[in-house]
Amino acid sequence: MTAPDRPAARGPLRRVLSDPIGLSAALVLTAIVVACLGATLWAPYDPLATDLTASLQGPSSAHLLGTDQLGRDVLSRLLHGGQPSLLAAACVMAAALVVGVPVAMAAGYHGGWLDALVSRVVDLGMALPAMIIVLLVLALFGDQLIFSYLALGLLLVPALVRIVRSATVAVRGELFIDAAKVSRVPLPLLVARHIFPRILGTVVVQASIIASIGLLFTTGLAYLGFGVTAPEPSWGTMVAEASSVMRQNPTMLWATGGLIGVTVLALGSLGEVVRDALVERWAPAASSPGPRRPRTSGVASRPVSPRAATGPAPRPRDDAVLAVGSMTVAYGPGEGTAVVDAVSFDVGPGEIVGLVGESGCGKSTVARAVLGLLRGSGRITGGSVGFAGEDLAAMSRRELRALRGTGIAFVSQEPMVALDPTRRVGDTVAEAVRLHTGCSRAQARARTEELFARVRFADPARVCGLYPHEISGGMAQRVAIARALAGGPRLLVADEPTTALDVTVQLEILTLLRDLRDQTGLSILLVTHDWGVVADLCDRAVVMYAGQVVETAPTDRLFTAPRHPYTAGLLGANPSLADRGERLRTIPGSVPPPADWPATCRFADRCALATDQCRATPVPLAAVDAHASRCLHADRVAAPRPTEPAR
Amino acid sequence: MVRLILRRLAWSVPLLVVATMLAFLIVDLIPGDPARVILGPTATAEQVEALRVSLGLDRPWFVQYLAWLGDALRGDLGTSVISKTPVIDQLNARLPATLSIVVGATVVSAVLGVALGVFSAVRGGWAGRAADVFAMLGFAIPNYWLGLVLVAVVAVQLRWLPATGYTPLTESPWEWLKALILPVITLAVGGVTMIAKNTREALRDVLARDFIDSLRADGWSESRILVRHALRNAGIPIVTAIGVFFVGVLGGTVLVESVFAIPGLGGLAVAATPAHDLPVLLGVTVYFCTLVVIVNLLVDVTYGVLNPKVRAA
Amino acid sequence: MTAPVLEVRGLEVALGHRRARRTVLHDVSFVIEPGATLGLVGESGSGKTTTGRAIAGLVRPASGSILLDGHDVSRERWWRRPGGGTLQVVFQDPYSSMNPALRVEDILREPLRTLRLPRAEARRRSEEMLARVGLPVAALDRYVAAFSGGQRQRLAIARALVSRPRVIVCDEAVSALDLSVQAQVLNLLKDLQEELGIAYLFIGHNLDVVEFMSHRIAVLYEGRVVESGDAAEVLRRPTHAYTRRLVSAILSPDPREQARRRALVTATPTQEGPS
Repeated sequence: MTAPDRPAARGPLRRVLSDPIGLSAALVLTAIVVACLGATLWAPYDPLATDLTASLQGPSSAHLLGTDQLGRDVLSRLLHGGQPSLLAAACVMAAALVVGVPVAMAAGYHGGWLDALVSRVVDLGMALPAMIIVLLVLALFGDQLIFSYLALGLLLVPALVRIVRSATVAVRGELFIDAAKVSRVPLPLLVARHIFPRILGTVVVQASIIASIGLLFTTGLAYLGFGVTAPEPSWGTMVAEASSVMRQNPTMLWATGGLIGVTVLALGSLGEVVRDALVERWAPAASSPGPRRPRTSGVASRPVSPRAATGPAPRPRDDAVLAVGSMTVAYGPGEGTAVVDAVSFDVGPGEIVGLVGESGCGKSTVARAVLGLLRGSGRITGGSVGFAGEDLAAMSRRELRALRGTGIAFVSQEPMVALDPTRRVGDTVAEAVRLHTGCSRAQARARTEELFARVRFADPARVCGLYPHEISGGMAQRVAIARALAGGPRLLVADEPTTALDVTVQLEILTLLRDLRDQTGLSILLVTHDWGVVADLCDRAVVMYAGQVVETAPTDRLFTAPRHPYTAGLLGANPSLADRGERLRTIPGSVPPPADWPATCRFADRCALATDQCRATPVPLAAVDAHASRCLHADRVAAPRPTEPAR
Repeated sequence: MVRLILRRLAWSVPLLVVATMLAFLIVDLIPGDPARVILGPTATAEQVEALRVSLGLDRPWFVQYLAWLGDALRGDLGTSVISKTPVIDQLNARLPATLSIVVGATVVSAVLGVALGVFSAVRGGWAGRAADVFAMLGFAIPNYWLGLVLVAVVAVQLRWLPATGYTPLTESPWEWLKALILPVITLAVGGVTMIAKNTREALRDVLARDFIDSLRADGWSESRILVRHALRNAGIPIVTAIGVFFVGVLGGTVLVESVFAIPGLGGLAVAATPAHDLPVLLGVTVYFCTLVVIVNLLVDVTYGVLNPKVRAA
Repeated sequence: MTAPVLEVRGLEVALGHRRARRTVLHDVSFVIEPGATLGLVGESGSGKTTTGRAIAGLVRPASGSILLDGHDVSRERWWRRPGGGTLQVVFQDPYSSMNPALRVEDILREPLRTLRLPRAEARRRSEEMLARVGLPVAALDRYVAAFSGGQRQRLAIARALVSRPRVIVCDEAVSALDLSVQAQVLNLLKDLQEELGIAYLFIGHNLDVVEFMSHRIAVLYEGRVVESGDAAEVLRRPTHAYTRRLVSAILSPDPREQARRRALVTATPTQEGPS
């Protein structure tokens, strides 16, 4: 509970009014509505009082907006005319909401046949030419305008249903709905408490849009002469009157159209601000302590630490394919919050290095930074990324691009979403082949089939012709690997390549990666949180905690004799090392968010070995045996118990 | 793909039936006598009765409907109550003008809207905010009022273009074009901003997806990723927005044709309304629905081209 | 042998509409004794989550029976289930399983509604539960957004426990958690079982975790239970070919042990994955 309570407790109304756009929209709209409703109280003139001696005057102190052809005061007529105009819009909105929202919620929540039926009707309704049907109603119902307004409202129902329905469907799939059902929350309460508040934002925006359309449509009808009868004012009829005298009194045209426009503008803006205020408490805030949630407030927003503080980093090997040196990555405005802090490690030729840690430790950020694929405001703010004798961190975007695929390739965690869904998988790979080699289409196709055979597809030609939605996760990951190989890279960066896969498929992919390394001497930087993957595949592991490297060691050394308490703790927490009857060893607490990282040992608060010294000075990464460890008590770290053999 | 088209075509039949049937249902639901409404209080009982028989109002509504449908299938949409001429002739005479401004406004909106949307999605920041503001403005300005302002400024004051009227393409392509410019601008302002907003949102969604990163990791340039991959994936919502705009702009012609005095279907409907000319209004409904059906078909075919999943379904 | 608290017999479930309808569970049967854990393992698409949802009344079985404390509830969907929260669920995703617009107090009170407890009593029980799962009482007045993933899963456990159920379905309850937090939550679940005698249906894909938690294990494959029995027995001496394949694919977090397993696997190569 380190995070402070979010302002969710503050009411949506307060939030709307504290937003400058929300406040001004609310004020404008209120002013217009109040001014029009109370027109009889404060309109300066009788809207019907003609004064032919004062016809078509421009704005003056007597007539703020001038007079019309019959010398009637334009301002007074606008205020009085607002009543039927706004009322018409309100009728349209009410009709649409009363019918549309329940239907949409029922269809979206119930699903099945009801949803199918409603969808069909909506498709039909969306294709009806609303304006003509309204004219038809007008032709038949003569001067009973209310019917045409209701008809218009009903004609807007299909569009409303479409949007509210999909919002409902999205909520229906939420687990908290299932949780409420398991607790047998009755349906009315379920809807009132869990579903309706969630879609309210959508409904509000749609209501504001429908009211706007209603106002534009009904004033349009009035402009055409289908509105209140002659001497009575309404906004639409006044536009028509203004149009006939626009040369003599242009103010009248600007005032009438402008008022309609301002009203719609205020309605629309208010709708969106209210929606944002309502949606805010549903936002998935405070999820994983990832880099995309930089916090500006909070305890001691740490500046990026100077490189000297981390002590002498272990020297990179001379033949390293990748040599990351004191790389720092920051997110957020200004100096930013460092989420990766002076990280150093290297990957040798043909070596598989595991980058291990829990979520939020910065391991994926490191992988993306190496490729120059940081998201959002992320950027490398210090250090170097050495590859093939050059510093990638200092390269231009164009140079970096030329290196991607041919020098360094990338395989991501979710294989299915890594492929363009509109393209056959063979084409995606063949295009990459052509980009890297500049060969002909036929050659690229042949090379693609070769690559597919290499990742063990039994029938490469068939796989080439499949779309991403036609293949399984395991196949997709093999396609991704084939694609990564297309440019003959020296280094493959794989970000949790098996996390989304079933265990049997995972084993196949790991086998494939290992064979590729053995056959081609490819170097692999493998990001993972799974000790099993490290144990299976990696020659060496780099353990990260809170944005720093805390330990690096050859894999077998790391597992048998870890030299950092975090490594030891994580290994001990693994249930495969425990017996059914006993408790798991745990690390108390959880990883602090980046803004709370101290300059001293970042693990001290969760560490049994911590002493005052750990909390006094920054702890450098230092060589211990074959390890590098960021711990002052590296010699006191206990090994996890050995695994019992054989299963 | 062919199956998709056939299924969509089959689906368009009920649409036309329901839309026109709705009209007869509304007529039937009116309290009182439509013939009396049409002729007004001054007509004699004999005149009213004669009109009732000639409009077929003495029969149940679905019988009337079936009779009308039978005639319509043979190309007979009845006779106008006002002008006493066949409705279908009037409609055909006015279709080209309406088609010109509707298609013109749709094309202009689609081209400019997509271009603006792509620009604001890629540039982000101020361009994105500007796109939002323009979208709001484009929606808020009543188009008939905008038409009046354009007439006042461009036609009356600057005298660059004709204020009102329409010249058929066959008569003079140049005059035709000049007559179209203002109505098309009037209708397209809302369309450009709406399509730009939709394009921007769709494109931003796509650009945030993982496969875009994978393409970057392949070494593709941003512009190529945008053109070859992102736009295609954003295509469905964009095409949907264009289709929705087309349906909306059909209704918009009712107002804009009146503002610019263009002899089109919308203007015809407006003239028919106070005269209670039901056959004409029904005819316009049929024509508009048919146009919507055609456009929806085009939209569906585009979906199929853009998305292999739709094609397979 | 005590009477089982949950008995599933011949459960069959079909999902989807019309043409897309297909049977995802065939003749699934198992029993859980009071205070015991049955682990349900299988890969994606095996039907393990659907089994949990059917037991919780969230999907309607096509046939078979679900005996909860001896009463067949298989025909009863969620809104008609009898009893006061005999069965509860802890879901996988601690972020979407709690309504972010409600305070923790309201979330914890939801399962107590059917018990019709006085407000003070409900509050007292909620406080007790929070303390039990290791969260401060002050948490009651907060929104879930203020909590980390591990804390939220503790909250979810508190919600599941507050109505004192006899069975809890844990549907991948720790899969979304990091290793160090996962260990804390697993320990908590075990402690609660010992103290309160709750039975768990523990659904998971991580065999190490399921083995650690379970007394018995059932292996699901393509909607059928292909093997079941004592947890250690099933995983150490699998008899069904699929279980063998599954067990041999588990990675050991010990490089030497893993190298040994790998040698075994490569001796019996597996064929191309599903397409």
